[in-house]
Amino acid sequence: MNKPIRNVAVACMLLFVALLINATYVQYWQADSLTSLTEHPDNKRVRDAEFSRERGAILVHGKAVAESNKSDDDYKFQRVYPQGPEYAHLTGYFSRDWGLGAVESTQNSILSGSDSSLFVNRVIDLVDNQAPKGGSVTLTVDPDAQKAAYDGLRALGNNVRGAVVAIEPRTGKILAMVSSPTYNPNRIASHDFTAAGKAKQRLENAKPSPLDNTAIEETLPPGSTFKLVTSAAALMSGKYTPDTKVPGTATLDLPQTTKDLVNENRGGCGGDEITLTQALAVSCNVSFGSVGLKLGDDALRDQAEKFGWGTRTFTDLDDSLTRQAISRFPEDPDAPQTALSAIGQFDVAATPLQMAMVAAGIANDGVVMKPYLVDEIKSPKLETIRRTDPDPMPDQPAMSSAASRDLREMMVNVVENGTGKTAQIPGVDVAGKTGTAQSAPDRPPYAWFVSFAPADTPAVAVAVLVQDAGVARDQISGSGLAAPIAKAVMEAVIGK
Amino acid sequence: MSTGQAGPPAPQGLMGFVHRRRRGAELVLLILSLVVGIGAYAAVGLGVDGTLPVNLFTYGAWLAGLVIACHVVIRIFAAYADPILLPIVSALNGIGLAMIHRIDLARQASRPSSNGFADAQLVWMTLGAILFVAVLIIVRDHRRLQSFTYTFGLAAIVLLLLPLLPGIGRTINGSRIWINLGPMSFQPGEVAKVLLVIAFAGYLVLHRDALALAGRRFLFVDLPRGRDLGPILAMWLVSLGILVFQRDLGSSLLFFGLFLVMLYVATERPGWLVVGGVMFAAGAYAGFVALGHVHARVEAWLHPFSPDVNSFQLVQGLYGMGWGGLVGRGLGQGQPQVTPLAWSDFILPSLGEELGLTGVMAIILLYGILVERGLRTALICRDNFGKLMATGLATVLALQVFVVIGGVTRLIPLTGLTTPFLSQGGSSLVANWVIIALLIRISDHARRPPPELVEPDEDYDADATQVVKIR
Repeated sequence: MNKPIRNVAVACMLLFVALLINATYVQYWQADSLTSLTEHPDNKRVRDAEFSRERGAILVHGKAVAESNKSDDDYKFQRVYPQGPEYAHLTGYFSRDWGLGAVESTQNSILSGSDSSLFVNRVIDLVDNQAPKGGSVTLTVDPDAQKAAYDGLRALGNNVRGAVVAIEPRTGKILAMVSSPTYNPNRIASHDFTAAGKAKQRLENAKPSPLDNTAIEETLPPGSTFKLVTSAAALMSGKYTPDTKVPGTATLDLPQTTKDLVNENRGGCGGDEITLTQALAVSCNVSFGSVGLKLGDDALRDQAEKFGWGTRTFTDLDDSLTRQAISRFPEDPDAPQTALSAIGQFDVAATPLQMAMVAAGIANDGVVMKPYLVDEIKSPKLETIRRTDPDPMPDQPAMSSAASRDLREMMVNVVENGTGKTAQIPGVDVAGKTGTAQSAPDRPPYAWFVSFAPADTPAVAVAVLVQDAGVARDQISGSGLAAPIAKAVMEAVIGK
Repeated sequence: MSTGQAGPPAPQGLMGFVHRRRRGAELVLLILSLVVGIGAYAAVGLGVDGTLPVNLFTYGAWLAGLVIACHVVIRIFAAYADPILLPIVSALNGIGLAMIHRIDLARQASRPSSNGFADAQLVWMTLGAILFVAVLIIVRDHRRLQSFTYTFGLAAIVLLLLPLLPGIGRTINGSRIWINLGPMSFQPGEVAKVLLVIAFAGYLVLHRDALALAGRRFLFVDLPRGRDLGPILAMWLVSLGILVFQRDLGSSLLFFGLFLVMLYVATERPGWLVVGGVMFAAGAYAGFVALGHVHARVEAWLHPFSPDVNSFQLVQGLYGMGWGGLVGRGLGQGQPQVTPLAWSDFILPSLGEELGLTGVMAIILLYGILVERGLRTALICRDNFGKLMATGLATVLALQVFVVIGGVTRLIPLTGLTTPFLSQGGSSLVANWVIIALLIRISDHARRPPPELVEPDEDYDADATQVVKIR
């Protein structure tokens, strides 16, 4: 019987070897993934440990918008957000039981100190027998611009739905990003876990949910602001210059239907034939509908995609509830749908971030830069670990330098002589475009405004969306509601 | 062995040498194991409260007293026994007790009213040691057990059926494998597995020749004859019965695997493994399809992190092991109590969390050595019954360790079994102490130098009864 016994012995040895290898897999190879809160937010052990660790700060111009202060309870540190609602959609929240949001989530490994780039610091802490500390994250935000954007939306009421995004055209740095309604992250980060849970639940159930970051999550028809994309496509086609004559009549006969395309004011645009510059200045639907028909949907879609439609590149705020929504242009529109798309209606949809990228692209000689929010990562000892380098979007330039210069002049004209006068800043050339979009007859229209300034050396590009201001229907317009906010943000950046 | 004499090599010992007693080595290892066990207990106190436990001395003395008593009994009644078995058991038991105590502290910290398991476990360990001593004193020759083949077989079946009886049977955590014994509950299956090993060994040693007859040949393997399939079929049905009526996946697997291995060793026919493997696969597949509780276990194994799978316990165990990493959080520094049943089925992840991969590897290696020493005993044992019994006892340990540790570390689907000597649970602890006692008895017999034949006289009569001198 000895031969089978020997075989059994070998088989048993193999079983034990399998156990050893598997234990090594779980505790060594898989351990990082098992203890990552991003992958397993329900891991109580890691959560408790991270919750009682001195977490790194989130900084804006050297000032903390999220920091860990000593607390007297079991968890040793309390996360606080000094500016609360103003930065809520950027900082996010850090809670024990209710997950992590925004930058708290995407930069968790740095903030908590578990990132591999902080390994040396961890070892030093271990040797010194010190509790590990997290690194800090600096945002690209300009606090003045952020404040201007936040105050601008707040002035329209606490429950106004809207968003402001400001970008530095040359780099893609996000200078301001505010969404409304907003919330107070301090409530979710509270050590009173029941209260924190109730607060989170209430925010999740509210409609619209203040947790939603409208600036990147909401896609809406961009309305007349999309005429910038149509203009860009027109100028890039070589068939148009700013002085090319386009139809300026009261109606445009849409092919294949009995319907006509009409202008916002139901009248003409100042002549049967007007220049493209003038068409943009008065936001003439008929002109751009006919330009769109001439260019065709493929040219429009190509131009839109060069500005960022159809791609998702901004991930600095991803958490379990938030992702950047992809802006879209209809797949296969027929002729009347193409005409409607050319003026930003029908199935065209864009996020406020996307519209800010259009303005930034035009401002930056036709090159759209990838927007980013996390500027710099520092170790607990304040050494810079990494810094984000500006990077153009794929498939650039979106416009030739000459075409972008033409379009810039056309946009300056909009603010000087056209629908965008409310955005004028004395002594500075401002380029802009208004938009008032009708989504559905039963919903109030919403106001857009995209702009940049100064026109010749752009320092900031802004997109403002005011979705539901609770004002009378006929008072909702891009120039009335959105442009003043954009103006305030631009002034904050250029210091006027 | 008289070394002073010249002449031909000593005739004793088939392989030309005689095993040494090695009792001194056993004692040294035992002291080491006590350092580990009592040290772990002290570390728990330091880790949780920052001070040494108040009862460290009495606890340590009690633990030391138990294993030293066992050692003395081995010296007297099984002087040639394998010296490694008892120290391993002592180390595992000590580590288990420390961890159970540590989880008691954590549970009582959050709910002061919850009862501790460590004290009861120490009582059970004492009972296990007493039974260990009793087995060594009563069973002076393991071959005597062969005459109880059918008695033990019958007893095992009765024990297995007991939990199904209304009134005394109890269902705990979904499995109906418990009986009420006054205030306590008892798992008769744990005792049954020891009896089954003896019964299988007794049965197979008698019928091995018939069962070894070759039938049809298929792919280089001689399959058994169809008419010999009776016993394995019966065992298969018993295992399926346990799976269906007691909903106990682990025991079902254990009993069938045990029988299969013993059958293979007895007959030396790999064909039985083929037949048994096919039957196992069929049973497992049928169970997966037809039985909800088996299906759920497999689902939890395949997709533990999927939100609609009930795998909380498994996932918490994995989190604990991941949190422990290479060297662990240290005793008293982790949160093993987060995992349900962290003190019984999931004690290994608890140890993994606080002692790290290092500790887990040490524990797995201890089990590995224990099993291989058991099989080593089977190899050198001189009688077939002893060989089979030792193989069976070692196999039970190996399978149980593999099934439970493999289950909690997600190597295989999770099945409810206790981790021998570590997990809280009286029936299991006592039964495993008896297993070790039997292995020690067999190894003593196997390592004892064979009886010396007294040189025949001049008028040696071949028919006369041989005179045998027993050492």
